Amino acid sequence: MINFLTKGLLRDRTRSFFPVLVITISVAIVVFASGFMRGMMNSLLLDTAVIFSGHEKIVTRAYNDESMLMPNDLALLDTGELIDKLEKEYPNFFWTPRITFAGLLDVPDEKGETKSQGPVIAMGIDFFSKGSRQIEIWELERNLVSGALPVNKNDALISSKLADKLNILVGEQVTFIGSTMDNAFTTYNYNIVGTFNLRKGQTDRQMMLVDISGAREALDMDNAASAIFGFMHDLYYDDAAVVALRSNYNNIESDSLDIFSPLMLALRDGNQMGTMVDMSNAMLAIMGSVFLVIVMVVLWNMGLMNGLRRYGEVGLRLAIGEPKGHVYRSLITEAVIVGLFGTIIGTGLGLSITYYVQENGIDYTKGMEALSNSSMVMPNIFYAQVTPDLLYIGFFPGVLATVFGTMLAGLAIYKREMSQLFKELET
Amino acid sequence: MEKTVVSITNLLKQFPVGGDFFTALKDVNLKLNEGGFLGLVGPSGSGKTTLLNIIGGLDSPTQGDVHVLGHSMDNTSHNERARLRRKYMGFIFQSYNLLPVYTVFENVELPLILNNIDPNEREKLVSEAIEAVGLSHRRNARPTTLSGGESQRTAIARAIVHKPALILADEPTANLDAENSHHIMKILVELNKELTSSFVFATHDEKIMGYLKRIVYLEDGQIIKDETIK
Repeated sequence: MINFLTKGLLRDRTRSFFPVLVITISVAIVVFASGFMRGMMNSLLLDTAVIFSGHEKIVTRAYNDESMLMPNDLALLDTGELIDKLEKEYPNFFWTPRITFAGLLDVPDEKGETKSQGPVIAMGIDFFSKGSRQIEIWELERNLVSGALPVNKNDALISSKLADKLNILVGEQVTFIGSTMDNAFTTYNYNIVGTFNLRKGQTDRQMMLVDISGAREALDMDNAASAIFGFMHDLYYDDAAVVALRSNYNNIESDSLDIFSPLMLALRDGNQMGTMVDMSNAMLAIMGSVFLVIVMVVLWNMGLMNGLRRYGEVGLRLAIGEPKGHVYRSLITEAVIVGLFGTIIGTGLGLSITYYVQENGIDYTKGMEALSNSSMVMPNIFYAQVTPDLLYIGFFPGVLATVFGTMLAGLAIYKREMSQLFKELET
Repeated sequence: MEKTVVSITNLLKQFPVGGDFFTALKDVNLKLNEGGFLGLVGPSGSGKTTLLNIIGGLDSPTQGDVHVLGHSMDNTSHNERARLRRKYMGFIFQSYNLLPVYTVFENVELPLILNNIDPNEREKLVSEAIEAVGLSHRRNARPTTLSGGESQRTAIARAIVHKPALILADEPTANLDAENSHHIMKILVELNKELTSSFVFATHDEKIMGYLKRIVYLEDGQIIKDETIK
């Protein structure tokens, strides 16, 4: 009987090809939409994480209390040892030092007189360490507008907005004017080796990026850092894991009586970020559920229609003596086969598209220009995110809805009036 | 002594209509012996198909005894009646009811698959049945490419392939022209001779009357005449 049904399935396109096509497309859409929504939400969170907070961030308790002032006099010390310990004890994350500092940028002309001057917010990040992923997570190779990446400690990148504002050209030397971590006056010359555009609205308006060694030298912060940022290796923000780690770390390492003891902060601990994380999770759940329900209704209906369309065939099989239960089970078996087939292809297709968009993104630059006056960190390119649950999410609409639809339609077999079969089969 | 295939005694069949009952069959008594070739003849609404349904286990009597192949049809389960139909009965419908995605061979094979006959035996029985109706040259054809006569011959092959004791046919020639009707009836007469199967037709087609060995006339649910043709 299985061979007989398989032949029928393969030959009857309305029983195999078209349902498989509909399921494939539906499942691919569900998988991609889920991946894209997650990726989009994660993009928003990752942008904030890269620039401001990491997935985790360790600062001193005192620094945290006055963080708006960028108080590097309250910075973490002995960060090399601290990072070694973090990498050993929390290997699910990678850890990197960060110095955030602000000051004045002075641009001299050819005579050494001030050509232009303006405020700058600088970040010392780890460009040069072996295995550092800073260039990757800042997407600097893609975001570089002109010039090249820093190779020396006194090389700097500045945002193209700041370069335009201060009329700075690649190759020029600028002077940072600020204060050291001991609150002493400092000046430090940086060579501008390139300009970048983070394509995140106005976020990089006054931004300069230097290697942390150059920042340490300028600010006299030997082996110190404003913060140590931690990121999950796959860069996907897992709120539950991050919060659990933060609670565990603070219980063990943080002393509430010592203002210089380290304090770990999760991304959600930042200003209103908890609300955003919760909202993004809720949005994902709502949009995902609504979409899933719509697709399930479509596939359910297809299962129903498929059952009704074979009314004549089922009637014949009942008339010549096939038990109702056998007919019912065979229809469900077919639905399972068609559902599985369509779901597997659809999941593969959906994952492929999601992976492509994960790697290449969808550029919304023009749309984002309309929001250029907004202070919100908005990415210009949205990336999808391939997550493990995309492997099985399509099975809910693809297999379950199709099978339930068929089961529902198949119940008509049990209600069918056998005495009407001769009449029904006349037409 | 001839074996009785169908035995009906004091059959009453009523259908609920609104708050009342419509009597479809009343006081029906009928016996059909092995090898019978019987036609149930009467106008529309006379009860032919209802009687065919009850004999085929597709419907139950309201009252009376109906025994088919020694099995009582009024107190058997759905599955038991399905088993009787599958093993001992063949059905021929007015509209052929061939499954369009399967070939002639595969359509004819279906009752054997349902009876769990092994593939080698199936091949032999299907070939014989197809040959008996003269369709060996079309065994791999799809129903959509068959003429009306060929389609009905395929349906006949499907009905006889498992060599059932009883073949029930509802208006088997109603969709055919005169030539094909006579051709089909000649085939059925031949099969009736070759096999031990009994045939029961529900018909009001004058063309096939001449082929029947016995005609039972029905009117308003009652047998008004039971005529054996010499």
